[in-house]
Amino acid sequence: MQKPKVAFFEFTCCEGCQLTVLSIGEKILDLFGSVDVVNFREASSYKGQDYEIAFIEGSIASSEDIRRVREIRSKAKICIALGACAHLGGVNVIRNFHNQANVRKSVYGDKAWLFDSILAQPIDAVIKVDYVIPECPIDKKEFVRVVSSLLLGKKPFVPDYPVCTECKMKTNVCLYHKKNPIACMGPVTRAGCGAACPSVGNACEGCRGLIPDPNLGALEEVFKEYGVSTEDIMRFYRMYNGLMGVHK
Amino acid sequence: MSEKDIRVDVHHIARVEGHGNIVVDVKNGELKEVKLDVVESPRFFEAMLVGRRFSEAVHITSRICGICSVSHTNASIKAIEDALGIRPSWQTETLRKILTCAEMIDSHALHGFFLAVPDFVGAPSVIPLASSAPDVVKTAIRFKKLAHDICDSIAGRHTHPISLIVNGFTNLVTEEQMLDLLVKTKAALERDIPLTIEFFSKLKIPEFERKTDYVCLTAPDEYALYGGVVKSSETGDYKPRDYKHKVAERVVDHSSAKHAFGPIQPYMVGALSRFNNNYSKLTSKAKETAEELGLTVPSYNPYHITLAQIVEIVHCLETAINLTEELLARGIKDERDEQPPIAGWATKLPDVKKSWGVGVVEAPRGLLIHEYKINGNGLIDSANCIIPTAQNLANIEVDMRKLVPGILNRPKEEITLLLEMLVRAYDPCISCSTHLLKVDFVE
Repeated sequence: MQKPKVAFFEFTCCEGCQLTVLSIGEKILDLFGSVDVVNFREASSYKGQDYEIAFIEGSIASSEDIRRVREIRSKAKICIALGACAHLGGVNVIRNFHNQANVRKSVYGDKAWLFDSILAQPIDAVIKVDYVIPECPIDKKEFVRVVSSLLLGKKPFVPDYPVCTECKMKTNVCLYHKKNPIACMGPVTRAGCGAACPSVGNACEGCRGLIPDPNLGALEEVFKEYGVSTEDIMRFYRMYNGLMGVHK
Repeated sequence: MSEKDIRVDVHHIARVEGHGNIVVDVKNGELKEVKLDVVESPRFFEAMLVGRRFSEAVHITSRICGICSVSHTNASIKAIEDALGIRPSWQTETLRKILTCAEMIDSHALHGFFLAVPDFVGAPSVIPLASSAPDVVKTAIRFKKLAHDICDSIAGRHTHPISLIVNGFTNLVTEEQMLDLLVKTKAALERDIPLTIEFFSKLKIPEFERKTDYVCLTAPDEYALYGGVVKSSETGDYKPRDYKHKVAERVVDHSSAKHAFGPIQPYMVGALSRFNNNYSKLTSKAKETAEELGLTVPSYNPYHITLAQIVEIVHCLETAINLTEELLARGIKDERDEQPPIAGWATKLPDVKKSWGVGVVEAPRGLLIHEYKINGNGLIDSANCIIPTAQNLANIEVDMRKLVPGILNRPKEEITLLLEMLVRAYDPCISCSTHLLKVDFVE
């Protein structure tokens, strides 16, 4: 059987998801054995253009990004959004809620015009995305599982129940019930991380995006019960989910 | 040969973090232009922090970089603790130092084995090495695995730590976990270092020298990675809070990352600066490693950065072992009552006054500075982050300007490779450096 040709691309992000791929341990040798990695700039100077599967990391944040991601889509049979920036726009979206002229000027002063920059967007605002590997950064096990599914010709499984389910299965004490309660988005966030953050005592920040039909009203009642202000609720939502409602 | 025209144009340099281009233009044997273009889309992290709760800064800024997210988290925490007047416990700082060691090991192993080595063996990537030199690749994977095990246990995760917060941890590592890490770290030092030294001592490092200003943290009693004062080899020491008088940043037309300049400009940060300035504080095994690699102090060859990183891997393994042994000897204690940690999304934050703080650490690529102004409502009014790569960019261009005239008689492919290797030696982290920096605060 001919090995599928795979490429990795990155847009506006920290490249932590591709680094996570490079950190999957000895399984990376199996990965390189079962697919043909033709383009992985972070790790290789070989730049092949004949790929079938494209893993795309990062959000779209410049007009050049739009051109480049469309070009990738035109070449790849399967496009996969790798991580929260590609999936949701990531933390980059936080700046969308500021005055863009001020943002640009505050960093680059009177030379702001030199640099190409648009509002941060997820990649599916520009191209059709076939599958998503959520999270900031992606989970090593989930990445291996998705690649295995693709190699077997199966549709990768992504849960549509909330992080709370996984958290309860781990018998964690709820963060709202701790001595110093911590606001948590676990009730509305898509599971699959194994409740990574609440399991080590910190908030779910919603980096895997929301479940279908999230009960935000109920969550907001909980927030209010614990004295979280409306402004803070907006800040929490905008950590990863600033585009909810705009973006599906 | 001296009359020739050469145009080197490397688009999106491979095996570096982020997007950069090298442009060299030679007309009639005369060097017209040398540039390292940074073409990464701007990221605006400082602007994103404005109006956020002070406690969230650690989680937002860790997202500046996937490789050095522990360093960003530590710098962010230190800036906030400086502003709020919080003094973390010995235990908390020791755990942060162990995390720093782990990040150095991970990042240096990634750079040395995965990003730099392919140039020396004429391969496009580490992938062919997996079959031609499997022991070497497996050694690198084991270093990375160890670093991730350490970070997973102490901070919940390496890339974007979870439990590492202001004044402590949301979840405290257990003595059993630390004992397990101690065994693994000792094994890495005994099993994996000899092969690493043997492999790297055989690489033919390009010969090139240019003395510059070497800048890093320095401390009286340790090889400074987590704290201390800033030392310039040319202009002396300064306190972290005084950095604004010592570092000037300018917007350069061809770079979405600003360039930073010092009093004697430009300067170098990173493993070679630390090695040159703080050699005497290295552990004995690290010094032996330098000797076996043929690295003598001071070194003015930027291609030696990769070797200095290998020396630091040894130093960090030994330091992590020493710190872990001391931690276990004292016993790990729950200090939450005396030293309450502040979670990013705590439903109730302590009252804060209008305040200002600076946090400086050594990231794998060098000096990293975070500075925040916090208002009386506990929100961030302004932020400034100075990234190692932004400090190195101007220095790399000066290196290229000295290097190119000396190698003009070589084939274009070789010139291109030597330039790419030079840029890669600095291990640039371009997407880090493009979220950039505002120099003047709006009061």
